[in-house]
Amino acid sequence: MAKHIQTIVKANLSSTAKTGGCGKCQTSCQSACKTSCTVGNQVCVK
Amino acid sequence: MLNLVYFKDYSIKKNVHSYRQGDLFIAHDVNSGSLHVLDEGAYDVIKAIEKLQEMLETVTTEGICQILRQAGKTVIAEELSEILDELEELRKEGTLFSAEAENVLPMYPEKPIVKAICLHVAHDCNLRCEYCFAGTGAFGGSRTMMDVETGKKGIDFVIESSGHRDHCEVDFFGGEPLLNFGLIKSLVEYGRKAGKAHGKTIKFTLTTNGVLLNDRIQEFLEQEEISVVLSLDGRPEVHDRMRPYADGRGSYAKVTPLIKQFAAKRPESSPYAQGTYYYVRGTYTHFNLDFDRDVLHMADLGIKQISVEPVVASPKDAYAFQEGDLEKIHEAYDRLGEELLLRRAQDRDFNFFHFNIALDQGPCMIKRLSGCGAGHEYVAISPEGDLYPCHQFVGQEAYKLGSLYDENPHQLKDEVVKSFRSAHVYSKPLCRECWARFACSGGCHAANVSFTQSLTDVYTLGCELQKKRLEVAFYIKIKEIQQDLM
Ligand code: SF4
Ligand code: SF4
Repeated sequence: MAKHIQTIVKANLSSTAKTGGCGKCQTSCQSACKTSCTVGNQVCVK
Repeated sequence: MLNLVYFKDYSIKKNVHSYRQGDLFIAHDVNSGSLHVLDEGAYDVIKAIEKLQEMLETVTTEGICQILRQAGKTVIAEELSEILDELEELRKEGTLFSAEAENVLPMYPEKPIVKAICLHVAHDCNLRCEYCFAGTGAFGGSRTMMDVETGKKGIDFVIESSGHRDHCEVDFFGGEPLLNFGLIKSLVEYGRKAGKAHGKTIKFTLTTNGVLLNDRIQEFLEQEEISVVLSLDGRPEVHDRMRPYADGRGSYAKVTPLIKQFAAKRPESSPYAQGTYYYVRGTYTHFNLDFDRDVLHMADLGIKQISVEPVVASPKDAYAFQEGDLEKIHEAYDRLGEELLLRRAQDRDFNFFHFNIALDQGPCMIKRLSGCGAGHEYVAISPEGDLYPCHQFVGQEAYKLGSLYDENPHQLKDEVVKSFRSAHVYSKPLCRECWARFACSGGCHAANVSFTQSLTDVYTLGCELQKKRLEVAFYIKIKEIQQDLM
């Protein structure tokens, strides 16, 4: 058990550079006028 | 022991964001997307390495100790060596100090695949909101309604343009789209049939101010499973000041009961905008820097899916943010985060859009680099059938992509498509170095253009707010996971 650091979320985003890009996900909008979804809030559909 | 030579070519500032939020020390590993909670000692060590890099010094144990001592910390050799060991383990594991994937760029097919459209069915509005980017509905033109022929052409357009994608999105937008409800009804029916004939599912959404949301319309939206984004700014005085009718009366009293009624029909609505959802969204301005109270006001009304976002204004507008507002805005996000956690613990849950982040199930790197897809995956269509990169560019001649009435409407203006496609995270100098790059995707093109006149220079006030929201969002995520572990 680590004493000084606790890992809360272990992710591997970099690896999705190879596996991703299917384009099936919903279109997103980062702006204030139209909350469809922003990239940060999106869930991958794969 | 942490391999310190590694930091010769590895920038901490850009790749690991460590910060304090509430009672936590947090480290976000940007490239892997991992999150860690640190004790103060480990936090100080990471910050010391960052500091050495800032001073262009070589990172050595001696240097770290010196920085720590300068900051008035007592260095205990045994503890420091434990910390350096733990950091090394995480580095090897790839969840801290991880490297950025190389040579990743969004790749696009030669011909744009447009899978989402925004139909401006009404360039007119029954409100006169102060901050409306659409010039109170008319988008700088005259007040017009889209006709059925144009609407149908729009739907045909997205069905054809979406190629092999089997899902298309159609958003009814305005002005106020419900001023043209007859058209919406016809187009939903038309879209369902046309979609079926081509093996496609069309997902409809509607963005409305709620004024016309009567029982008949609510029922239609329910029956047709249309996702709805409703506008409410929060407390009555805040809402009425910015969202009046043409005669100056406020609209709060009219829209609030209707919005409440509609929200109550969708108790299972997804916070991640999946399936058939609703969102109640507002805009905060210089006039309500304590917008956390507006969010809570809506939560108290029983609304569960809430989004309140910063206004994008020109500095000459009275409601534009001013020098000195930033700190207050940050405090409002801090308070909101704490209150959200408190209410969740008491089963009085609600969701604040910008605090919802799907960390490990989030979208892939490619999506994160390319962002909203305006101008090539997503287009907006004016009542006349003109095509623009997105709803915020409608009416701006320089950005016009073409028209549904062109001989070949799919032949979108090449230079505009190219400029939007190439405006990805790595083409923006500030974003390349920014720790928020994969969550923010380089911001909103429309906001960037309106502040910097360039697609690749960013709206920096927006950056500050974006980063703050992420910090609080990570904090909430961690608190919740810790709670579950207890
Ligand atoms: S340019 Fe901005 S407003 Fe337009 S779709 Fe993209 S994020 Fe949304
Ligand atoms: S737009 Fe700003 S916050 Fe977003 S990635 Fe770029 S620099 Fe960072």
